[in-house]
Amino acid sequence: MGLSAVARLWGPLGLLLTFALHPALCLGPVQTSAPRYRDYCVLGAGPAGLQMAYFLQRAGRNYAVFERAPRPGSFFTRYPRHRKLISINKRHTGKANAEFNLRHDWNSLLSHDPRLLFRHYSRAYFPDAGDMVRYLGDFADRLGLHVLYNTTIAHVTLDKDPQAWNGHYFILTDQMGHAHRCSVLLVATGLSVPNQVDFPGSEYVEGYESVSVDPKDFEGQNVLILGRGNSAFETAENILGVTNFIHMLSRSRVRLSWATHYVGDLRAINNGLLDTYQLKSLDGLLESDLTDLAVVKDREGKFHITLKFFLEEGNQSADADAITLPQDDNDNFAMRVAYDRVIRCLGWNFDFSIFNKSLRLSSGGEFSKKYPLVKASYESKGSRGLFVLGTASHSVDYRKSAGGFIHGFRYTVRAVHRLLEQRHHDVAWPSTEHPISQLTSSIVRRVNEASGLYQMFGVLADIVLLKENTTAFEYLEEFPMQMLAQLETITGRKARHGLFVINMEYGRNFSGPDKDVFFYDRSVGHTEDAWQSNFLHPVIYYYRHLPTEQEVRFRPAHWALPRPTAIHHIVEDFLTDWTAPVGHILPLRRFLENCLDTDLRSFYAESCFLFALTHQKLPPFCQQGYLRTQGLVGTESLRRHGVESGLLRDYATVGRRHEDGGRGLLGGFQAPGPPVQALDSNKEEL
Amino acid sequence: MQRIAWKQQNHSTEQNRHKSPAHGLQLMMSSSFNKFRVGISFVMMSIFYKSAVDSLSELSPQKYFSTLQPGKASLAYFCQADSPRTSIFLEELNEAVKPLQDYGISVAKVNCVKEETSRYCGKEKDLMKAYLFRGNILLREFPTDTLFDVNAIVAHVLFALLFNEVKYITTLEDLQNIENALKGKANIAFSYVRAIGTPEHRAVMEAAFVYGTTYKFFLTTETALLESIGTEDIENAHLYFFHCKQVLDLTEQCRRTLMEWPLTTLNIHRFIKTMEAPLVGVPVEFLVLHDVDLIISRVESNMHDEEIQEDEDEDMESPDMDIQDDEVAETVYRDRKRRLPLELTVELTEETFNETVVASDSIVLFYAGWQAVSMAFLQSYIDLAIKLKGTSTMLLTRVNCADWSDLCAKQNVTEFPVVKMYKEGKNPVSYTGMLGTEDLLKFIQLNRISCPVNITSVQEAEEYLSGELYKDLISYSSVLVLGLFSPNMTTAKEDFTEAGNYLKGCVITGIYSEEDVLILSNKYAATLPALLLARHKEGKIESIPLANSHAQDIVQIITNALLETFPEITVENLPIYLRLQKPLLILFSDGSINPQCKKAILTLVKEKHLDSLTPCWLNLKNTPVGRGILQAYFNTLPPLPLLVVVSLHSGGQVFAFPSDQAITEQNLLLWLKKLEAGLESHITILPAGEWKPPLPAYDFLSMMDAAGSQQPTRREALCTKEMDAQENDKKHEDKSASRKEPIETLRIKHWNRSNWFKEGEKSFRHDNKEL
Repeated sequence: MGLSAVARLWGPLGLLLTFALHPALCLGPVQTSAPRYRDYCVLGAGPAGLQMAYFLQRAGRNYAVFERAPRPGSFFTRYPRHRKLISINKRHTGKANAEFNLRHDWNSLLSHDPRLLFRHYSRAYFPDAGDMVRYLGDFADRLGLHVLYNTTIAHVTLDKDPQAWNGHYFILTDQMGHAHRCSVLLVATGLSVPNQVDFPGSEYVEGYESVSVDPKDFEGQNVLILGRGNSAFETAENILGVTNFIHMLSRSRVRLSWATHYVGDLRAINNGLLDTYQLKSLDGLLESDLTDLAVVKDREGKFHITLKFFLEEGNQSADADAITLPQDDNDNFAMRVAYDRVIRCLGWNFDFSIFNKSLRLSSGGEFSKKYPLVKASYESKGSRGLFVLGTASHSVDYRKSAGGFIHGFRYTVRAVHRLLEQRHHDVAWPSTEHPISQLTSSIVRRVNEASGLYQMFGVLADIVLLKENTTAFEYLEEFPMQMLAQLETITGRKARHGLFVINMEYGRNFSGPDKDVFFYDRSVGHTEDAWQSNFLHPVIYYYRHLPTEQEVRFRPAHWALPRPTAIHHIVEDFLTDWTAPVGHILPLRRFLENCLDTDLRSFYAESCFLFALTHQKLPPFCQQGYLRTQGLVGTESLRRHGVESGLLRDYATVGRRHEDGGRGLLGGFQAPGPPVQALDSNKEEL
Repeated sequence: MQRIAWKQQNHSTEQNRHKSPAHGLQLMMSSSFNKFRVGISFVMMSIFYKSAVDSLSELSPQKYFSTLQPGKASLAYFCQADSPRTSIFLEELNEAVKPLQDYGISVAKVNCVKEETSRYCGKEKDLMKAYLFRGNILLREFPTDTLFDVNAIVAHVLFALLFNEVKYITTLEDLQNIENALKGKANIAFSYVRAIGTPEHRAVMEAAFVYGTTYKFFLTTETALLESIGTEDIENAHLYFFHCKQVLDLTEQCRRTLMEWPLTTLNIHRFIKTMEAPLVGVPVEFLVLHDVDLIISRVESNMHDEEIQEDEDEDMESPDMDIQDDEVAETVYRDRKRRLPLELTVELTEETFNETVVASDSIVLFYAGWQAVSMAFLQSYIDLAIKLKGTSTMLLTRVNCADWSDLCAKQNVTEFPVVKMYKEGKNPVSYTGMLGTEDLLKFIQLNRISCPVNITSVQEAEEYLSGELYKDLISYSSVLVLGLFSPNMTTAKEDFTEAGNYLKGCVITGIYSEEDVLILSNKYAATLPALLLARHKEGKIESIPLANSHAQDIVQIITNALLETFPEITVENLPIYLRLQKPLLILFSDGSINPQCKKAILTLVKEKHLDSLTPCWLNLKNTPVGRGILQAYFNTLPPLPLLVVVSLHSGGQVFAFPSDQAITEQNLLLWLKKLEAGLESHITILPAGEWKPPLPAYDFLSMMDAAGSQQPTRREALCTKEMDAQENDKKHEDKSASRKEPIETLRIKHWNRSNWFKEGEKSFRHDNKEL
């Protein structure tokens, strides 16, 4: 590893240590000026930190946001380097529904203020990062969020105290040595440390964070880019037209977001190099494990790719030109040309450095280096009361959903806030209670407009909690579905009589880097094939009992949830408009009816009147509407349609002899409507 | 006159023989002929029926008569000994041996030898006849030319034997009489054949042999009769199934289903099986094949496959699950193309909502464009706007919550539809009445005046009570309420005002508390504080003391006062009377009420004999659905007027006042006493069952399991589920189980047939996307 890199990595840490030592050295004075206490401390005034601050502010909580920069969103002042955000800013959808429109607004944070929508900040579909900085600044200012700018938290430790909400306080020490004591710590610091791979010659490599963005600097050069994410392609896109060629090297094959349905994978807007590679315009993609490589510099200052293995074999100190190159053995080796530049675009890691080991933020595992370890509730596995928000919390749905991006984590942040409200302030998860006759409508409404479900598919799900005797239900929005077993403690609501979980899903086996997502038979149109839908569509799970933790953990592979008692898929829709009466709503109603063992049809007052006088019990719709003098009267033209359809009877003619006597007898038959049928069938039961 | 087919009329004997369906089916007899019952089972043609005798036996008369067994039928052809050994008739008769044997009928050729001459032996060759015996009793004699071929032989023989089961009729009157006689009792198979003895006649007779005890068979050859029931095609034979058994109303006609396939034994059998399936909707909706053997035989016999296939698919293809059975959703959908004059109401948006409801008194309908109930009510709302056009000070507005969900959430609207009134910047009032034009109109009209209205002089109070003051509103409020208070009764006044506010929109209330209030209290014999209730329709004013009544009590007093003692029950007001939780005493009347009946009941009410009941009457002219109720109680429409007691809240028994008694006070009182004493028996008990799902849902979980059996470990969970379901309602479970199967098969069929369509649709759909 090169010296400069070491300096960059260890430099600030050294500085931090000094600050950390500071309070310890002056123990006396600090204790007298006791650390400032807050219920909630938020680290970082980026999108996630501000989003949490907004919810805390609205709930009237005692909180502060700590931000080392003078303004919010400092990440966006530098990144992305080429300034074009790849989060879409769709200003028109043809719909007025604000919630629906958020499905296609990937940049706005959630607030009650319609002026704080990103479309007022940029007209560009892929907006400039500068607009994001301006937006975040306005968001913090307009809403009056408590942000302590220019406050760098250098060290975070635990202070055990049985009185504390979580058995300990979090002690945050800033660059001035001031301590802040918090009951709950919300870490929203994002991923700020460039990911580096250690190999011989990595000191010759320029990083994405510092490489020139001026295409002129690449005129007529041979460029090698390490990495295959959006930053690598973004860098390539910028210089594609001026270089001799660009080679792109990474461990795994390219993952196209349209194939994986994951917005963090390569977006079409950045993929110009794929085009020129496949059309043999000198650019190219290669796969190899970077840790096996070595970069050597020749006398002219050009870079050659060789294997670490050759380097170890030969004399370490030997002249660059003496080192064995792959092409010496294998004269058609792909990377046998010399490069003018090698650029590293390998993504980012979470900055663990300020957190004391006792917080146990990182404890091995898959993402131990990239992401802090959190549960599906975004609470740290190591320290109760520490939550990770925003990009840093993406381990929960990495490469699956949108939790690493603004349009996803704005909802997971809200979920964390709701959890906290219940845990510390006895404010139960918000819910609305409705009579069971409203169940179909409630679900139809949400699957058609809810943005949180749509963005955070597979992560956040709506929950319907049934009340005793299934006469009513409670509707809870956007619950982290992997926490289903702990639903009662997290939400403060009871799930004693069964529940529905409303999730959005892509078809199983549809998404993947190697999948052809344009295959001929990809879309399903028939309701009976709905379970084979490939594109994002609503899926409703029915459980008689709340699943246990075991059941959630050991659920079948590729299942978002444990095996339910019954499942329903609403067939995918080209327009994502699931309001077709027969195609979408009818099958959903049948599913709900069969789960609840009741009749959820709606009836006109006349039918309810008939039932009321000919049955001892009424269908829920009549019970909850008509009997409360809120029956649906209907109009004459609707009545006529009803008679034509055979669903209503024209009672005025019942029992009247047909005027035309023997003629047209067959046509004169009046179909018995369902009410009569129901009557008959119930009679049989007696 | 029966039209009989003669040999010479039938040119195609040969072909007919080959087409004859009897070859495809054999009937096994379990016991003797006249004892057969429905237990007869069909056997597939592939099972060969081995018969001991399959050629015509030739006997002497004496021998023949000695073989006759009691109860057994036998057909014998008596011929001269010297007649030719072969003739066309003998060939046909030989042909008929086997089919007739299948029905337990033996066939013989009796040679009339000289020494054993019998009276059945004709004198001349030409006059030789065939005779049908049961035991040794002669049933019929047939000239040989009526038995011109095997079909004619079988048809005639069965027709003669089934004279009880198959009736021949000639006129429409016959048919109507039969139909009327069988309503509510049995279903009818009515067939028309061109002539007796045709293959179609034989087919009908063979079917009657099997189903004759289950259904009533009627036969005609009269084209006039066929024409009179509406068929123009008289060339071909027809078979109708008359669904008379479930007809409960004698004035109603039996539903008729025409069999649209050619008349063959097999087709008739299939058709009748279809008719046996529960009758739901029009047309016959689903072909349920109960008979496994039949299914096999259908698959294996190629005879009719082509002609069957088409109809079969049609029947199977209407998977009822995809058919809308929600009356509101269906009617709204059917009406979708009609343009409503929506411009008569103001559409509000997030931007315009606040300024509008502040600037003017507004009614706001919150609805969702995709929700059927909302959209059905929107129509009533528009009708109301048409009615009120230009006359109301109230602005009629609407918010589509499908567009403005945030706005609706802010107004606390999370269900649809909701109507709120925004008036004078006060807190909005939710409308809780019926979702219809009339009730909403009443709500709006009554909200034009404050509630309670402040009355300032005795004269004004009198005008108020007489209905003069609010003449135009009087039709919306059956009762006028006036609170009388001394000026110093502040708390009582407050309570009354609160109650009046609460009842805003459903009744007119007024308050009078001037110094001279005693003039009024004295006049109406009221002790202050008091309520005066003026029923302007009856011209009555009563007073109720209000001492120490809280607002809630006052609301209760007024609500009770709104109830009539003997109301005409309607769709709109029933819920209010049901709240009393008492059995209903309903007088059904076709048109206005009989004054004697009314008087009798009102007298009983007055004498407090009806306190445990809610007496009311139902006018079928205003509330035609009352006919549906009567049908449920009596199966048929009884003569009116008619009195019933319905104990809705306790047991669901329905009692009918004897129709042979006049509805007089004495009779009624006596009957009610007997009722109370438990001496009357109910005519019916209303079904107490819960409302179950009308149809099953797609079982995607099973489909997923079947498709990817990569999850076999999870089987147990599925089993638990199924067991749970079994525990539920056995009947329900049976239904769903029987449905499960057809849906699976249905799916495959459906898929195959409409595959091309689906492909086309699909490429259209997603190619569009790429444009």
